[in-house]
This record gives sequence, structure tokens and C-alpha cells, in this order.
Amino acid sequence: MKKLSARRRHPLAAVVVLLLALAATGGLYAAFAPAGTAKADETAQSLAIEEGKKLYTVGCASCHGTGGQGTTDGPSLVGVGSAAVDFQVGTGRMPAQQPGAQVPRKKVIYSQAEIDQLAAYVASLGAGPITPKAGQYSPDGADIAKGGDLFRNNCAQCHNFTGEGGALTHGKYAPNLANVSPKHLYEAMQTGPQNMPSFPDTTMPEKEKKDIIAYVQAVNSDRTETPGGFKLGALGPVSEGLFAWVFGLGALIACAVWVAAHTAKAKKS
Amino acid sequence: MSTATETKNKKAPAGERVADWADGRLGIYTLAKANMRKIFPDHWSFMLGEIALYSFIVIILTGVYLTLFFHPSMNEVEYHGSYVPLQGQLMSEAFNSTMHISFDVRGGLLIRQIHHWGALIFLAAMFVHMMRVFFTGAFRKPREINWLFGFLLFFLGMFTGFTGYSLPDDLLSGTGVRFMQGAILSVPIIGTYISMFLFGGEFPGGDFVARFYSAHILLLPGIMLGLVVAHLILVVVHKHTHYQGPGRTNNNVVGMPLMPVYMAKAGGFFFLVFGVIAIVAAVATINPIWAIGPYRPDYVGTGAQPDWYMGFAEGLIRVMPGWEINLWGHTLVLGVFIPLLLFPLVLGAIAVYPFIESWITGDKREHHIAQRPRNAPTRTAFGVAWITAYGIMLVGGGNDIFATHFNLSINSITWFVRIFFFAGPVIAFIITKRICLGLQRRDHDKVLHGRESGIIKRLPHGEFVEVHEPLSAGDRYKLTAHEQYEPAELPPAVDENGVERKISRTEKLRVKLNKSYYGDGSQIAKPTAEEYKEITEGHGHH
Repeated sequence: MKKLSARRRHPLAAVVVLLLALAATGGLYAAFAPAGTAKADETAQSLAIEEGKKLYTVGCASCHGTGGQGTTDGPSLVGVGSAAVDFQVGTGRMPAQQPGAQVPRKKVIYSQAEIDQLAAYVASLGAGPITPKAGQYSPDGADIAKGGDLFRNNCAQCHNFTGEGGALTHGKYAPNLANVSPKHLYEAMQTGPQNMPSFPDTTMPEKEKKDIIAYVQAVNSDRTETPGGFKLGALGPVSEGLFAWVFGLGALIACAVWVAAHTAKAKKS
Repeated sequence: MSTATETKNKKAPAGERVADWADGRLGIYTLAKANMRKIFPDHWSFMLGEIALYSFIVIILTGVYLTLFFHPSMNEVEYHGSYVPLQGQLMSEAFNSTMHISFDVRGGLLIRQIHHWGALIFLAAMFVHMMRVFFTGAFRKPREINWLFGFLLFFLGMFTGFTGYSLPDDLLSGTGVRFMQGAILSVPIIGTYISMFLFGGEFPGGDFVARFYSAHILLLPGIMLGLVVAHLILVVVHKHTHYQGPGRTNNNVVGMPLMPVYMAKAGGFFFLVFGVIAIVAAVATINPIWAIGPYRPDYVGTGAQPDWYMGFAEGLIRVMPGWEINLWGHTLVLGVFIPLLLFPLVLGAIAVYPFIESWITGDKREHHIAQRPRNAPTRTAFGVAWITAYGIMLVGGGNDIFATHFNLSINSITWFVRIFFFAGPVIAFIITKRICLGLQRRDHDKVLHGRESGIIKRLPHGEFVEVHEPLSAGDRYKLTAHEQYEPAELPPAVDENGVERKISRTEKLRVKLNKSYYGDGSQIAKPTAEEYKEITEGHGHH
């Protein structure tokens, strides 16, 4: 110990201590540092954000602003979350074709990989709802009847009893839910696109969203059974009345004309 | 009379003996003799009422079947039938039994759909039948009472339908009942009392299904059945109208006898009507209550319309601005109360028209020849104006469906309806009257110059003329047999003694209206025999 204390004021003592300290931290880091895969993930994420930003600059920035801050033509995207991007771009609503009362569903122009990149970029702007995993939205094993009750309580006011859609004010509308994928149904409930209110997990738990998805799939999809025959758009009495007049009464008047035209004639002798 | 037939040693055939037996007790020979050879004229438009009659019978038959399985009760039960998306849901027994009929009773859904489609077609058939009678002037003396019977049938039919589609207690019809209750509540002073009385307390209570049920299957159809019988008896008593033509006068009916021709025709037509309704019901869904779900007063779905015959009432409410007056702690909801007042007024306008017309014309004679609509331009124009107002209100009632399916703004549609409920009938009136006068002119030309043959002839000096083919005498008669009224004139202001004549205001109004019906520019004088002679004998066609 004497030797050590005798050299403690040696000009190189500070250098030796520094080297020792560096070796210790380096060793500790090597021992406790996160696994190398995490490092690689980080890179992929930042890569996705990078790519997403490029796509964003080309396809979205003109309305939503160069940094997603929004302009007079489009709302701010800070905090909308990846689920909103996945819904809007994944259903073809975004990029919008033209301004109007409402942006309609149309052909999807980005691949799912590109949509994920865009979503990653927008999610990086601020925390928001995250794109759901298949386990969250899959309607397997959900309670259809419960979903029907929830649907009539929360959705039918705008989307009609079986989700055929309905009118809102000034040309806006609640769209038809036929053949909307479970993921997009889930995301719509979560994020509340356009005129729709959002139903976050705090007001509508994941399980209830699943029930609703199961109900919509049961009553308004290609698999839906219509025991009564053609469902005439499932729009209720307006289409029924039109059908009764055109095909019901129309056919009967045709019959009347036919019967009146074929009358008994005096026998020609 | 027939009992006088002597019983002979030889036994009469069995049929004759049965008929004889029945006649002795019912007197059917006299009835049959008077009515079996009843003549009915042949025209498709005279069969529209038959469509209504037969669909009414179809509705009664299918309705009886439905009563066997329907439980008119609002007790709450849990659903355990075969439709999966409603498993375990709470609903009224009425809804539950309708689900049972639709999914678990053999043929239940088909019968339910025949019943409901039949109702829509019944009302539609009554509507077109009424319009046929209106546009041909078949409501004139002596048929005014029968016109009212028919109108009453249509009016009661609307409410029979309404009480009927409310019975399953589904979310759509429950919303309709709520709508009606809201309209009742808007009536000042007595509204709340009527509502409490009707629903046995606060809406919805536990009574209305049972009450609507007795109205739907007993009270209303009972009255309607009585009216149908009265309507038909009057048709027999008055005899049927027919269109003008050679050999047809105001004092005869030209057509075929009831037995056997019309027995066969009408009987066959009944099965055609039943068949068409059954096909429609087999092909297309109506009122899918399983998709709509059970009623809960706190739920509502968009696209909530009534059946078509109540659609114009829906329209009246939808497009009415939401005005209200608040006075002394009470609210007068004009936004609902005014439509409620307009509802009977719109319908009543067509119902009282025959009486207004007979007052204007002052014609007290009987009329048994159905007019061609063009020969009564003002009436025809009034009818088209009324249909226009009715149709515009139907658009108002379906404004949300029109908005989504034609990519329009619901607000624009509402404003269109608001404006054209008033402007539309005026425009329709003017246009229809012009069209009628144009058709009268065409008839005039056809009689005098014949039918355009499409053959162009070149004369030796180079002129081109179109050859007109003269009409047959029968066709000329058809086009000229109708009677044309002279416009009424007020008597001179001073009578022969120089005393000023007193003319009441209503008489002045009557003459003014009469002139608008028959004065200058309201009808084209039909060609006279002299005109025809001059043209045909003079210089041929040109």
C-alpha cells in the first residue's frame, strides 16, 4: 500500500486511474449491454421511418405539411398514430383525390409494406393508436349476438341496422361496411376517421370491438344468409316500396292488360 | 217462385235438387237471375280495383295463418331460436314469436312475406284504382258516395298497415310507433292525454302491441271488409262505367256478362294476383326483423322509414323546419304539429274534389261514361298536381336514401322538397293542362284530316303533300262523342224590370272557377259535323 500511496502524486497517476475507470465501464457495458438483435431492430425501425418519410414527402406533404404539422388543406398528423394511417391509406381513402364533403373509399395505391413505413413515420411524430395485431381484431370466438346489441346501440344510428351505410349532413355519409376487413373495422373504431367518433379501449374494450366485428361479418358480408330472398339493399321500406310498385304492381297491371286483351269473342260461323 | 216447380215422379238430377233446396231457403234464383247476366265492360283499367280486392283477400288469408303463431305480448323473453346473431338477446314475446314464425314455423317466412308484400301492393293498387276513377271522372253522380267509400278504404288501409308492421316490435317499427307518439304529443292540450291513454302510460309501456293487435286484426279490417262489401254492392247498383265508343251510351253498359265470362276472368285474375304476390314474396325479402333487431326505446337505426303509404307523412315531418313556440311554460311544437295537420289536408284534398267539381259545373245529371283525361284538362291537371305534391313528399320521406344513392347532400334534397312541395304542383298543373289541350287539338285534327299515313306524294306541279288516311266512322265517333260544357255566365247585373240583381259571392266564385274550367283556353272546341263535311266534300286533304 505504501508503494501505491507514495506514487499517488506521480504525474501519470491520473492517466492510470482514467484507464482503469474506462476499462471498468467498458467491461460493465460489455456485460450488461442489450443484446445485439435489439440494436438491429432499432436500425430497421429508423429505416422504416426514413423510408416512410420519403413516401410521405411525395404523397402526403402537399396537404399535411412537410413535417405532418397540417395545412389549410389537411389536418395535422401529430398523434394520430399508426392505426389511423393504416386505415386511411389501407382503404384507399388517402391519398385523397379531391377535396369534398368526404373522402371516399377507393383503390389502394400503396403496398402494405409501404403503408407500414408511412405508418411508422407518422407514428414517430407523436404517440397515438397503434396498428392492431391479428389477435386483437380477429372475430374468431366472439359473441355475435352481443356484438349485434352493441352495434344497434353505437353504430346503427349512422351505418343502418346491418351496416349498409346512411346519410349525414351536407353530403357526408356513413359508409357501407360490407366487405371491410376486420382490421380496418377495428382501426376505424379505434381512431374515428372523418366524421366518425372514436371508440378507444377505455370506452369500448377490445373484446367488444371483436364482438361488433363478428356481427358485421355475420350480417353484412358475402357469407351473410338472406333467408327471405334478395335483400333489396337492406335499406328498409324505401327500397321495398319501390320494388312493390315496380315489380309487384307493375306485373299485376301487365296481367290486367293481358286478361283484358284476351276476351271471349262471339263464334264466327 | 221456384218452389212452385212441381215435383214429378221422375227424380230431378242431383244438382238441380240441391239448387232447389237452397233456393227454397235462400231465394238464390231471384238473386242469380238479376245478377248472373250483369254486364261488365272490358278494359284493363277497370281491373285495377280487382287487384286491390284480391290482394285484400290474400292478406286476410295469410293474416289468419299468422295469428296462429303470433303472441301479441310485450313480456320480455330471451331468444333461443335458430337465428344465431340474436342468441340470448332480450326481446318482447311479440318479436320472439315473429322470429319463431320466420325461422321455425313451416312456411312461416313465406306467409309473412306474402302478407307484407300483399299489403304494399294492396295499398298501391288502391292508389292507382283511385287515380283511374279520378282521371276518368268516374266519381261523378251517382258515384260520389262510392268514391268516398273507396277513399276511406285507402285511408283505413294506411292505418291497418301501420298497426300491422308495428306488431313485431322490432327496432324499425318501434321507431315508427315512437314517431307517431311524438306526433300525438304535439297536439296542444289533449296530446299528452291521448298518448297516455293509447299506450296505457308512458311510452312504450307494455300494452301497445296487444292494443295494435286488436285494431289490426279485428277493428280496422272489420270496418274495411264492411266497406268493401258496400263498395261492391254500389258498383252493382250503379253498374259499371264504360268508355265512349260506338253503341255505348249513358244509358247502357257494353261488355261481357258476369256468368260465365267474368266469373272465369275474375276467378282467373284472382289466382294471377295471388301468384304474382307469392312470387314477389318468394324472391324478395321484406321487413327482415332478424336483421333489424328487437326494439329498445334508447336505440335507433338510420334509414328508418315507414312503409310507402305512410312515406309522405314521414316526408312532411322530415322537411318541416323545427319551429316551436314557448309560452307560459308550454311548448307548441309547430315542427311536428303543422305536418300533423297537413297530413289529413293533403289526403282530404283529393277526397272532396268530386264535390267541388260538381259544385263548379252545377251538373246534377248522372254520368255513366268514363271520360278521357284529356277532355277534362283542369281536373286532370289538378290530379297530376296532387300526385306531384304527394310524390315530392315521398322524396322528402326518403331523403337520406336518395342522398346516399345519388351522391347528393341531404340538406339540398330537403330544400328541394320544401320549395317544390309548393312550386311543383303549380308547374305540373300548367304543364298537364297544356298537354291535355295539345292532345285535344290532335284529336281535332285527326277527326277532320285523318291519320298521318307517313306517305309523301309529289304532285305534278312539284308540290309535296302528305297523305292523310281518314278515320273510320267509329273512331271519329270515339273522338267526338264527349260532351263539352259551355262556360257559365253570371246573369245580367240588372233583371228585366231594371232592378239590380243580387248575386252571392260564392256564386261569383263558382262562375269564375267554371270559366277557368270551360272558358277560352281551357278546352278546344271539338269538330262539328259541318266542319267535317266542308273539309271532306270540299277539297280533300291538305
